[in-house]
Amino acid sequence: MNALRQTWAFIYRDHQLTKRYWSWVVVFSLYALVNSATVALIGVAAHDQKLTMTLTIGVLMWSFLSVIFNEIAMSIAFERWEGTLEYTFMAPVSRLVHLAGVSLYASMYSLFRLVVVLLGLLLFVHLSFTGANLLGVFFVLMISSVAFIGLGLIAAILPLLSPERGAEATNIVQGILLLVSGIYYPVTVLPKWIQPLSVVSPATYALSACRKLLGLDATGRSVVLHGCRLTDVMPELWKLVAMGIVFVPAGLYIFGRVETWAKRSGKLKRTG
Amino acid sequence: MSSDALLVQNVKKLFRKRSGLLRRKVSEEWALKGVSFHVKTGETYGLLGPNGSGKSTLIRILSTLLLPDEGHVTVLGFSLPQHEREVRERIGRVSVDAAFYKKLSAMENLLYNSYLYSFDRRTAMERATEILVKLGIRPDRLNDPLEEMSRGMQQKVSIARALLVNPPLLLLDEPTTGLDPKSKRDVQEFLEELQRSGKTTILLTTHDMGEAERLCDRLGMLTHGRLVAEGQAHDLMREVGATNLEDAFVSFAGERLVNEESEGVTL
Repeated sequence: MNALRQTWAFIYRDHQLTKRYWSWVVVFSLYALVNSATVALIGVAAHDQKLTMTLTIGVLMWSFLSVIFNEIAMSIAFERWEGTLEYTFMAPVSRLVHLAGVSLYASMYSLFRLVVVLLGLLLFVHLSFTGANLLGVFFVLMISSVAFIGLGLIAAILPLLSPERGAEATNIVQGILLLVSGIYYPVTVLPKWIQPLSVVSPATYALSACRKLLGLDATGRSVVLHGCRLTDVMPELWKLVAMGIVFVPAGLYIFGRVETWAKRSGKLKRTG
Repeated sequence: MSSDALLVQNVKKLFRKRSGLLRRKVSEEWALKGVSFHVKTGETYGLLGPNGSGKSTLIRILSTLLLPDEGHVTVLGFSLPQHEREVRERIGRVSVDAAFYKKLSAMENLLYNSYLYSFDRRTAMERATEILVKLGIRPDRLNDPLEEMSRGMQQKVSIARALLVNPPLLLLDEPTTGLDPKSKRDVQEFLEELQRSGKTTILLTTHDMGEAERLCDRLGMLTHGRLVAEGQAHDLMREVGATNLEDAFVSFAGERLVNEESEGVTL
């Protein structure tokens, strides 16, 4: 019961902050929508419905996963900017509960942003999902979000390690994930030297699975979708599950070690 | 069961700072050089010292936010860092800067804090309102964003946050620094009322000699990370033949206290 109430504390706080910063939420959502539309319209300009759908699913997936990653990875940096980091860390709350609360709200907020962007996109692009396995796509989204939460936890240590540069490094990590995960193009077009990085990004497998479930992996220019069954994307799903199993505990463990280091070196304090 | 709420034994803390292009240049500074003292249950103990003397470092160690390099700390019978959670459940802290989510209201900040300590909403709201009204904040201001409140009001909310969980130990790090005279008096009167209840042990750091004399049962004088004197205010003054506490501090420490507002110095 205590853990539930403490988890609620973080959901309550983040929800209240979202309400107070509502104008920024509108701005970021609008920017995400405009960005998504400009990408999807590349397919429209090429008169290629399949390309349009491929780009659209990429932009939607990235919209969802990047917000989860960003909200979690930046949670420590936000607290440092607000000046509340010390008070959060001296509360009698386990780090698991703390980060679970932050992650839960991040997931809900990401889902909200995804719906907003999807609805907005319909104003710009004709999207038909007839024949696609949308339930399967939703399942993959949920599974992949666990792995992204784990990555976010690992990245969240950066502002602890370096109060001055940590937040900047977090954004670089996010940029690299965008580059190597095949959001808008197959990872095979990347230079050979960078391709190995795509193997450790959960977005690579999430995108691959979703495109198969939507039927976008088929060759030819047919606009009729034939989404595959969930069992057909088991290789991707297992990799995503394995990443979640590894990344989340690893993130918590690393976070705990870095927290101890920060308490030894005095990095928890507001000014660094 | 010991009657000491706080036991600090030979605590040392060294900070290392890296600089230079490749951050290979390392400078070291001792914030605490073997500090020992104890605070009895129900006592108010004042730590006096200029900026950079190590007061805030000590408060951070007691708040479980910093690990000492050497020494032993026991808070309410619990050793640190082994029993961090038990200590965290039993302490309240007020720092010189009222660290809040400034966009949120006083009530929202306090509710968030209450949930962290597993309070239910109704209990939290009742207790928060009671404390804030006692501190002189009108109930109709409780839902205003903190950024629209004065520094004095924010500090009162900070005190309410620390007291919300009814902690047996209160760590007050310059709680009245920078407050206007009225707010300062409100806070001091509230602390006196708290002392009269006899249930709360208080560790107070301050630059304000009058405040120290008024509120503290005993004082420790800290300078350059060392506790140079300890005792009741009148005993300390008598020991060096001083007529006021400031002169007594100069005699013991060989330097004057900085009376200006803390400028972000956090040693």
